[in-house]
This record gives sequence, structure tokens and C-alpha cells, in this order.
Amino acid sequence: MGGQQRVYRQRIRSTQSLKKIFRAMELIAASRIGKARDRVTAAAPYSRAITRAISAVATHSSVDHPLTSERTDTNRVAVLVITADRGMAGAYSANVLREGERLAERLRGEGKEIVPFAVGRRGVGYFKFRKRELAGEWQGESDAPTLATAQEIARALYGAFTASADEGGVSELHIVYTHFSSMVSQEPRVIRLLPIELVSGVAERDEDVEPLYEFEPNAEEVLDALLPRYIESRIHACMLQGAASELANRQRAMHTAVENAEDIVKQYTRLANSARQAEITQEISEIVSGADALAAS
Amino acid sequence: MADALTVDIVAPDHVMWSGTASRVIAPSVEGEIGLLANHEPILSILKAGTIRVTSENEKHEFPVTGGFVSFDHNTITIVADPVVADED
Repeated sequence: MGGQQRVYRQRIRSTQSLKKIFRAMELIAASRIGKARDRVTAAAPYSRAITRAISAVATHSSVDHPLTSERTDTNRVAVLVITADRGMAGAYSANVLREGERLAERLRGEGKEIVPFAVGRRGVGYFKFRKRELAGEWQGESDAPTLATAQEIARALYGAFTASADEGGVSELHIVYTHFSSMVSQEPRVIRLLPIELVSGVAERDEDVEPLYEFEPNAEEVLDALLPRYIESRIHACMLQGAASELANRQRAMHTAVENAEDIVKQYTRLANSARQAEITQEISEIVSGADALAAS
Repeated sequence: MADALTVDIVAPDHVMWSGTASRVIAPSVEGEIGLLANHEPILSILKAGTIRVTSENEKHEFPVTGGFVSFDHNTITIVADPVVADED
């Protein structure tokens, strides 16, 4: 076997083993995505209940809570970026980070200073590489975020929001995450979590008149207990959405990688075949011309 | 509709129980409150204790560490912090 052929065969072998790895990663992502989607659905009733309760409080009382009022004493704003821990997920992390940069650009245009927080090793690495100080980072469970982490993040951000201006307080909190709308479509989104905009009366059953609630012990304390939970559940929901999107992206990226590997194998097989044929043709013509030369002499 | 309460007990990451009941007792911060049909709308914070749900022929108990309960139009939504969180 000639050298050219050997090179092609070697490439075919290595591409084939890569293809197996890609296929395995695709299958892993595919098997996890169902679970991730279930988690998204399982967390929905909780956040719906909290949102309903908060809007009930907002409708039936006129309480002013620090979490709902705009802060004007500082121009620092927190931006939480939710990315993946690992790569191999196509443009998942890159899209979120790009959206984050766009948001940061816009906020800077409004004369604000960005305080970045990052979830996921990719996001943390992005900021570290650019030598930008992160105010908080969490990594290690981007494809299956737990509630405990969400609570930790919520506490950190809540702390930043309630801290005074010279202790590093922030006046707003934005979250950049990837919304999972379906298996084939996930797009990065930005939401402003703090200060909370109270929407009175969730339009869920508008035929009824909103009932007059009684609050126990009183409206302020109810709101006090509800709002931190609301933040937790929103952050948790964003992380779950991100996890589902990450897996969907990874599955798609790996599927494409498998297809590309197949293409490459096909291409190299053709090249290897023509190299083999060329070698045979050459050998035949050598033998024939050798025989001719012997016969002539 | 007259006597049945629609109950949803939800934890942050899953629905703990959902169904109809005739009576729900929840540990409010100001003492236990019993909720029957046609109770007035209420929104209350819960302290650690046990939620007791009585339906037609069975009783359920859910120990919680906190949460809140909202009641309106014979629909009870309880947001609960389950006792053993994150031990799995």
C-alpha cells in the first residue's frame, strides 16, 4: 500500500472514532434534555403561584417595598449572564455572551456602570480572559441547576441590591439567559428582574372581579416574604431554561458534527480509492512496459 | 363546587399534591388556620408545621418549613418549602 493511501486510511479511521464520540455526546444530550424540560415544567406551577400572589398583594394594597422601588443613589447595575459549563454546544454560550455585551453597551450608553455576575464556566472564562472583574461566579452544574444554587445566587444579588451605594449596591438587576421555546428554537433573552415591576392583576381569569384579600399578618410582611421567593424562583427558572437550551444546542451541534464526520469519511474514502486505483494503474503500466522492454530485447 | 376545594401544594421544583379536598389546615404565622369552602380570600405566610388536607375519604399531611397559602374562589394554592430539601 502506497504512502498516499495510508495517509487517507489513517484519516478515515480517526474521523470514524471522532464520529463515535460525537454520536455518544449527541445521545447523552438527547437523553438529558427530557429531564431538563421536565424540570422546567415542574418549576412552573411554583413561580405561577408566587406571581399570582404578588400581583394580588400589589392590587389590594399600596405597599412600597425596597425591591419594587427604583434606586437613584447609584448608577451601578448588575448583569447576570447564564452560560454553559462545557463547550460543544454550538453557539449557545457565545450567543448569550453576545447578548450580554449588547445589553452592557446599551446600559453604558445610559451612563451606567456594569457589575457582572456569571453562571457557568464558559461565562466565567470569558470574563476572566478579558481581565474583567466578576462580582460573583457560580459554576459546575449548568446542565442540571439545583434550587440551592439558585437560592445562593438570589441571596447574592438580593444582597447587592439592598446594599448601600458605597458598599457596592446596585440599582438594577438584569439577567441574560437563553429561553427554551422549543427543541429547535432557543434564543437569548434579557429580563430586568430588579426593581420588580409589579403588574397588577395577572390576566388569568378576567371574568371574575379580583377578590378582596385578607393578609396575614399584614400586606407588608406578606410581600416581604414573597419577593425574595419570587427572585429565587425567577433565577431558578432562568437557569432551568438555560440548561434545557444548552442540552438542545449540544444535541444539535453534535448531530451536525456526526453528519460532517460522515461527509469527511465519504470524501476520504473516495480519495483513498482513487489513490489505490492510481497505484494499480501505475503498477500495471510498469509491468506492461517492463514486459514490452524484455520482449523487445 | 359548593363544598370542594381545589388544592395545589407546590414546592419550588415539583408539585407536591394536587386535588380536591373538603378542609385544609395550614400553620400560619399567627396560628393554625382552617380553610373550608367559601372562606374569604386570604394570603398568609406559613411557619414550620404540618399542612393537613382532608378530602372525602383520606387525609394527607405535609410537613413544611415555611411558605405561604393563598385562598380565593375555593382554590387554595400553597407554596411550601418541603422539610427535606436537597437531600437526594
